[in-house]
Amino acid sequence: MAARMVPAKRDPIRPAPANPIVISIDGDPVAGVEGQTIAGVVLAGGRLAWRRTSVDGRPRGLFCGIGVCFDCIVTVNGERDVRACQRRAGDGDVVSSQHDELPEAAR
Amino acid sequence: MTSQTTPPGSAPVSAPATGARSVLVVGAGPAGLAAARAARERGASVVLLDAADATGGQYWRHLPPARPSAKERVLHHGWSTYRSLHEELERDSGCEIVLGAQVWAIERTDAADSTAPVAVHVLVGPPDGTDRRGRTFRPDALVLATGAHDRTLPFPGWDLPGVFTAGAAQAFAKGERVALGERVVISGAGPFLLPVAASVAATGAKVLGVYEASRVPALVKGWLPRPWQLVGAAKKGGELAGYVGTHLRHRIPYVTGRAVVAAHGTDRVEAVTVAEVDAAWSPIAGTERRIEVDAVCVSHGFTPRLELPIAAGCELTPERFVRVDDGQATSVPGVYAAGEITGIGGVDAALAEGEIAGHVAAGGSRRDADLAAAVGARRTFTGFATRIEAAHGIRPGWTSWLEDETIVCRCEEVPYGRLRETREATCASGLRSMKLTTRAGLGICQGRVCGRTVEELIGGGAASAGLETAAGGRLDRPTPAASVTTDRRPIASPLRIGELAGRDPDTTTHRASEKGHP
Repeated sequence: MAARMVPAKRDPIRPAPANPIVISIDGDPVAGVEGQTIAGVVLAGGRLAWRRTSVDGRPRGLFCGIGVCFDCIVTVNGERDVRACQRRAGDGDVVSSQHDELPEAAR
Repeated sequence: MTSQTTPPGSAPVSAPATGARSVLVVGAGPAGLAAARAARERGASVVLLDAADATGGQYWRHLPPARPSAKERVLHHGWSTYRSLHEELERDSGCEIVLGAQVWAIERTDAADSTAPVAVHVLVGPPDGTDRRGRTFRPDALVLATGAHDRTLPFPGWDLPGVFTAGAAQAFAKGERVALGERVVISGAGPFLLPVAASVAATGAKVLGVYEASRVPALVKGWLPRPWQLVGAAKKGGELAGYVGTHLRHRIPYVTGRAVVAAHGTDRVEAVTVAEVDAAWSPIAGTERRIEVDAVCVSHGFTPRLELPIAAGCELTPERFVRVDDGQATSVPGVYAAGEITGIGGVDAALAEGEIAGHVAAGGSRRDADLAAAVGARRTFTGFATRIEAAHGIRPGWTSWLEDETIVCRCEEVPYGRLRETREATCASGLRSMKLTTRAGLGICQGRVCGRTVEELIGGGAASAGLETAAGGRLDRPTPAASVTTDRRPIASPLRIGELAGRDPDTTTHRASEKGHP
């Protein structure tokens, strides 16, 4: 199982209907609602990891959730190194995961 | 919208007089909101900054305006306090709220004159955006209320996707209505684990257990020496009682003296090992139990966000919080601090300290009659920081969770074994050379996640006196000066070279008191 949105019908806060949006990550469309962060949309869409680390190529996704750790950085509409947990998703955003290989000399 | 100002048509509460004292407040959590309101009540012209696109801080992290709901208050404590602070400041023409405002540097305008004002450099716009606008403030007084973030100690597997800080679970439950998993374990130390468990349970996830590393004797020692103080802190007692009620309702086991000591999985967390730990937090052999999970949320305490106070030149205490007097004044004239950067004391302490800081920053005295309630509350709640540390403070045995392969620095992927070998090979010649040799703490998070951990592991940290390491070595080194700890970040937040190069000082410099008031 993975992360998911709290179903509106079962949510004790009784949410009003929200505007649907669609973004893409690495070419795959993911549905969300207006006001979610990119990390929120991607996680609730069932994907737990998106970045690959430079040294060991390990998967990373959300960790601190409050903009401190930079583990969740993605490229948004061509802008690199954007913290997915901080940036609100906009309808049509094109998101791609990052894997920054180390230069040969640093290996 | 990432930046907003008061609509021109709204009724001014009492617009500041021309030439009014200007107060800049950094951080719009409980302490910063209280500071801004108190400074306005005293007649100052106020600018309130926050890096997020909403006020409230981490404590009152909430859904954005695009996602309205009928009963959001059920997710929060003190929600009406937040709403009244926010609404009062938002309709006040004497307070400019600037959101999406990332402070990236603070500098003394005259290094030789300690009473000279500080310059606060800010980028305003979407988080990590390429076209943010630069602004510089030179206020008469500065209130720093930057708060704290989770401190999560490393353990084998903590870098697997599905392992989160407890703060992430809280933020995504309250600010997104996203459950991070279906079968969740919460682990670490401190009273914060209780609201996190309540928030996670309220997303419909199954909380399999809350594992508090501290044992009952430490908890009793920390919380019970002066029980009468809790009478004065009845509100806090009520908040904690609410969490206990939640735990009973959702049948969440709360177990002390146990810790998640490893997470397992290949590309994501699939299980954790929970072990009984002794009073020093060393796992007791034979007590390990494996639990299948799809998410684990871990917090061992908090790290205050000190880079701005350090940049402003503020003195720290030996416990590494900002040193303040009874009026929340720091060691630097004109610079005040409130909330978690002065001690992890919780929301009530933050509100009281913020009110005092704002009032004094605006030219008032802490002895003024209208501050009496806040001064009383500060006295009641300040003890909480000491109690939390005594009951839940990190104990040195945690290092025995580490294996040589355990990643310590997540950004630069530095394993514990490399730190240990480098320390042994070089006879550990100090934090800076260890960082440069191993690259630990030099990544994009600027050492925020692993900084204090690296200091402890190589023996430079404040908490490391007499630290017993997993390798059996004994680390005993003096506490470093602030200039060499990982808290010091001259550039307070990562920013793009282009943004720095593109700044035009002539068009971006503002004096807080010169903005257009009617």
